[in-house]
Amino acid sequence: MDKFENLSGIAAPMPLVNIDTDMIIPKQFLKTIKRSGLGANLFDEMRFDRQGNEIPDFVLNQPQYREAEILVAGDNFGCGSSREHAPWAIKDFGIRCVIAPSFADIFYNNCFKNGILPVALPQEQVDVLMKDAEKGANARIEIDLENQSITTSDGEVFSFEVDAFKKHCLMNGLDDIGLTLEKAASIDTFEARASAERPWV
Amino acid sequence: MSPKTLYDKIWDAHLAHEAEDGTSLLYIDRHLVHEVTSPQAFEGLRMAGRTVRAPDKTIAVPDHNVPTTLDRANAATMTEDSRIQVEALDKNAKDFGIHYYPVNDVRQGIVHIVGPEQGWTLPGMTVVCGDSHTATHGAFGALAHGIGTSEVEHVLATQTLIQKKSKNMKVEITGKLRPGVTAKDITLSVIGVTGTAGGTGYVIEYCGEAIRDLSMEGRMTVCNMAIEGGARAGLIAPDETTYEYVKGRPHAPKGAQWETALAWWKTLYSDDDAHWDEVITIAGEDIAPVVTWGTSPEDVLPITANVPSADDFEGGKVGAAQRSLDYMGLTPGTPLTDIEIDTVFIGSCTNGRIEDLRAAAEILKGKKIKEGLRAMIVPGSGLVRAQAEEEGLADIFKEAGFEWRLAGCSMCLAMNPDQLSEGERCASTSNRNFEGRQGYKGRTHLVSPGMAAAAAITGKLTDVREMM
Repeated sequence: MDKFENLSGIAAPMPLVNIDTDMIIPKQFLKTIKRSGLGANLFDEMRFDRQGNEIPDFVLNQPQYREAEILVAGDNFGCGSSREHAPWAIKDFGIRCVIAPSFADIFYNNCFKNGILPVALPQEQVDVLMKDAEKGANARIEIDLENQSITTSDGEVFSFEVDAFKKHCLMNGLDDIGLTLEKAASIDTFEARASAERPWV
Repeated sequence: MSPKTLYDKIWDAHLAHEAEDGTSLLYIDRHLVHEVTSPQAFEGLRMAGRTVRAPDKTIAVPDHNVPTTLDRANAATMTEDSRIQVEALDKNAKDFGIHYYPVNDVRQGIVHIVGPEQGWTLPGMTVVCGDSHTATHGAFGALAHGIGTSEVEHVLATQTLIQKKSKNMKVEITGKLRPGVTAKDITLSVIGVTGTAGGTGYVIEYCGEAIRDLSMEGRMTVCNMAIEGGARAGLIAPDETTYEYVKGRPHAPKGAQWETALAWWKTLYSDDDAHWDEVITIAGEDIAPVVTWGTSPEDVLPITANVPSADDFEGGKVGAAQRSLDYMGLTPGTPLTDIEIDTVFIGSCTNGRIEDLRAAAEILKGKKIKEGLRAMIVPGSGLVRAQAEEEGLADIFKEAGFEWRLAGCSMCLAMNPDQLSEGERCASTSNRNFEGRQGYKGRTHLVSPGMAAAAAITGKLTDVREMM
């Protein structure tokens, strides 16, 4: 997994609540057996018309946001389907951090497996960042994962919470499976005990 | 010992490792797999030279992509990319030696219908699948939730999941339901109260007389949509109804093992003085047959209500409601029962079981669907389909004018050819009314099977109670 290094980037504002994973990557793009290449269809039905032409109003089609690396969005981002194609598409587009008042559970976890940092902040702070993002390409937002802080283009600083283990994995680009396999002895012990106690499982 | 909730008990029974910060390895008893969210996980195993740790606990079935038309044995009915995904699952199941129900097996169907039907899902288990509607299995008192593909790979390789414990929420539905009110109305009404983010960070246990009175199939409908309320999982404590359903199924324990299992299952309930982080109580008699008007499952109203206006909401929901109204092509103040529909879809892991089909048949018996309407019934599994044919339900559907399909996810997420066209309006027994979910610019109203059947007859959203 790619490490999450500190980030200073353009933030795209998406002031919409309940952005679901069907919006992020519609189902017709799930028919792939690969993880790559999904960025071209990120937010496909909002971003392109049926002929494949860009819809100019959509935020990621606007010149100042084409290189966005941060997304600022409304409550309950990533709700719905568990499809990991959603974070794959976000990452493939070039976005490494999503900021919102809250995230759906499965999407939130999926982000950390793919080198994306999801940051949940109180609504008032997201409102400030949304305004900052609306300034366009000149307003770069800084994300400091190690110190768990976000700095607006005006120098205002917000701190955020992140699980210590998830942070450690993200900062070091660690593979979960490798870490878990280091605890194989614990799993063996558990499995032996459980199959004695609950042999029908 | 300190009092525990049902969730606490299942959690404790599956804890393989716990770090000081609470990061835990939860052992997984059943891993369900389908063709859309698994190919990258199997590929990851191959690349790393890893195997499936517990193939006997891993069960796969193709469901999302498969056509539901009667000619699907002909591979040409599938698009090439769909066919590649299904073939990848065929190969992965064979290569890694996991249990498998291929497309041509009568037991094939939607993974969340097949698991319980075959007795794979049992009380007190941990169940995961790369699919958010894994919550369904919580109806058995199993801790069941959806995971992403990286986690699918993690479970395949280690039979565990890295987790932190969620909070406990109790949702109590007291008393009796009124006639015409179903499990679907309960679960949608709960989301109407909590909102789609209200359950985030929680495992919900549903309880109360109205829940106890539900059949296993009704309970599966309730738990299925726990995810639409944002919860990690939904649970219902097992009882006689559960044991009765499970007994005799192909993979349920038998003989002496059944007795041992039963003795443990009977300890699976929340202690009287257990701690709840949140409690929600709804009177069963206050729940009406409901319908969604917008593009989020929280946009729920009784069928007797009118389309709301964006001004009825606050905060970020004002803009979202306006966007929903525009997308759905609805005018505030319109009675919901005036909304004309083009299509009816009965099926999905929410409402594709035999009792759902019986409820629809009861309304449709001897009736015809509105002329020009498109209507399809997609049973949740090949066995549900066979049962419906044996009971004569299939004849009722066909005589009414419904298409009678083979099993699959179908128009719930429209990954196969069953899709809405632009602007097409559908009364659907599925679980999500998101923009584009059932097809590009398609418009979805979520309802119970009886309400869907009633709408098929009148061609409008209809109060099922008027047809009973």
